[in-house]
Amino acid sequence: MNFVKSRGLTLKKAVSPAAAVLALIVVGLIPSFNPGPVPAYLTITSVTILFYIVMSVSWSIFSGPTGYVSLAAAAFYGVGIYMSVIFGGSLPLPVLMLLGGVASFVLAALIGAITLRLRGVYFTIFTFGLVQLLISLVLWYEVKINNVVVRTIPSVGYNTVFYALFVLMVLVILAAIFIKRSRFGMALTGIGECEDAAAHIGVNTTVVKVIAFAVTAFAMGAAGAARATTMISVKPEIAFNVLESFLPVLMVIFGGTGSLLGPVVGAVIFSVLKEQLITKWPKWYMIIFGTVMILAILLLPKGIVGAVKEVPGIAKKLLLLLMTLIFAAVGYVFNSILAASGVAVSGLVFALLFGIIGFIISVHLLKHLMKKAWKGAKIDANA
Amino acid sequence: MPMLEATGVSKAFGGLKAVSNVDIHVNEGEILGLIGPNGAGKTTLFNLLSGAYQMDSGTVTFNGTRISGMKPNQICRLGIGRSFQTAKNFAGMPVWQNVLMGALFGKKGQTAAQASKIVDEVLEFVGLAELRNKMVPDIPLAYQKRLEAARALATRPKLLLLDEVMAGLNPSEVSEAMELVTKIRQSGITIIMIEHVMKAIMNICDRIVVLHHGAKIAEGTPQEIAANKAVIEVYLGEC
Repeated sequence: MNFVKSRGLTLKKAVSPAAAVLALIVVGLIPSFNPGPVPAYLTITSVTILFYIVMSVSWSIFSGPTGYVSLAAAAFYGVGIYMSVIFGGSLPLPVLMLLGGVASFVLAALIGAITLRLRGVYFTIFTFGLVQLLISLVLWYEVKINNVVVRTIPSVGYNTVFYALFVLMVLVILAAIFIKRSRFGMALTGIGECEDAAAHIGVNTTVVKVIAFAVTAFAMGAAGAARATTMISVKPEIAFNVLESFLPVLMVIFGGTGSLLGPVVGAVIFSVLKEQLITKWPKWYMIIFGTVMILAILLLPKGIVGAVKEVPGIAKKLLLLLMTLIFAAVGYVFNSILAASGVAVSGLVFALLFGIIGFIISVHLLKHLMKKAWKGAKIDANA
Repeated sequence: MPMLEATGVSKAFGGLKAVSNVDIHVNEGEILGLIGPNGAGKTTLFNLLSGAYQMDSGTVTFNGTRISGMKPNQICRLGIGRSFQTAKNFAGMPVWQNVLMGALFGKKGQTAAQASKIVDEVLEFVGLAELRNKMVPDIPLAYQKRLEAARALATRPKLLLLDEVMAGLNPSEVSEAMELVTKIRQSGITIIMIEHVMKAIMNICDRIVVLHHGAKIAEGTPQEIAANKAVIEVYLGEC
């Protein structure tokens, strides 16, 4: 058992950074596939994906280890958007992002200092309320003082936004790795495991929580400022859209908590699914989205990455991947059959949906088949 | 001068006076026992001393520094470690990492090398070295309580507050725990312990304070306490 574990670790140590760098290079090349003036659909989608990776990784840096479920993502995202609303056009994008980040950082530090005494669900409710408060506050300002509710932001071009978010994503991922391995990260984990014990061995729990909350808010605010420049118009309900608070949470749950890869995988799959459903199947978007989420929570409690990690051995992991791909291909073919009768939706949508459901089925099938093997092995070990 | 001195400490939860006007002190090198029936306010007093609760009135000084009003992490860094009545360990971490947390955060500017040296020493000292790689839920209760003491010891305390480390242990485990407490004192750490196991209290404490309904009703050596009328009445009823 120990042997297997240590071998897996050394393999992982060598392979995963190399694979990560390779993946980053490939992603970084996306805009160059389409050098023309009109942005490619791939670039536009990639901007959304990068944005959600930043949001969900940031969310998981604070809420993952501490267990403080924050629904304030939309608040920080919206603050970032309004920084671009106010200063857009006169300042370059990196400065806008810095402003959005700093404004969110300050807001989070203030809010955190007041509310991080609240534990559990009370904290969650407060952060949810914060978003509502900001909507009303900004709306009041726009109506009574500014006299303009719908605002526009000068575009800076999708390629610029892509690279800005790409750099932000790399920074956020590096921050996540650094924090996880640092003393600060251990303090966060300690708070999540047992806050009283952490406080009594010398961890300044309030300061640790507030700093982590504010640092991740910085990334969310910066991401909001960047994404704002791709929006046609902005009003408070859109900038502080509550859905943006829930999406990072759902993406992390879907991808898997406890690892860095989980939020990334969750963000990629969920944002593609969301984008595809909204554009290709808007009538069914919410109900399908909700169904997938319920299935994932019930049947994949540790998320996609957690489920894959539980599958022992590379061979069985590849088998799982193969089965998932087969399901996805069936989905794609299914769409073609529908196309023949003239009611096609989208090959990608069906491939994704079939793939997700196929993955869930395959995981449980493999688990069921292997349980017998595991039980046999246990009896051997006891004897 | 006593190492820790609490004067006129009171704490009420709504209408319930959990601790009222209690004075206690502990001298350097002593083992002070804190006993009393269930609900007497022993754990609340610990929570006040360690900063988990803020007291309504009264002051506590530790080596001349006023610690009442400070936060738990500040009090810990001054040199007071504690264990909890219901073992509060970091359940998602292995044994050694629980102790490492104490070593890393207990004192300012502790390097990783120093901390891991402390972990080895403490695990050896409390007898958990063999279980260092086990996860907390996988070890017996007696060891979980020991681990709490280990985590507190890793913060390098001058004073250790032990809250019922022997509750729920079988007689041989109690003897082992008594040995450990004596060993901790011999290493130069002052101890205040809450305990219901009378054998332990009577044998290892230098002095005992008895609480009842939040008030101190007696104080003295084990022999004095065993003969004290008020204490016998509280424990056995009037006779």
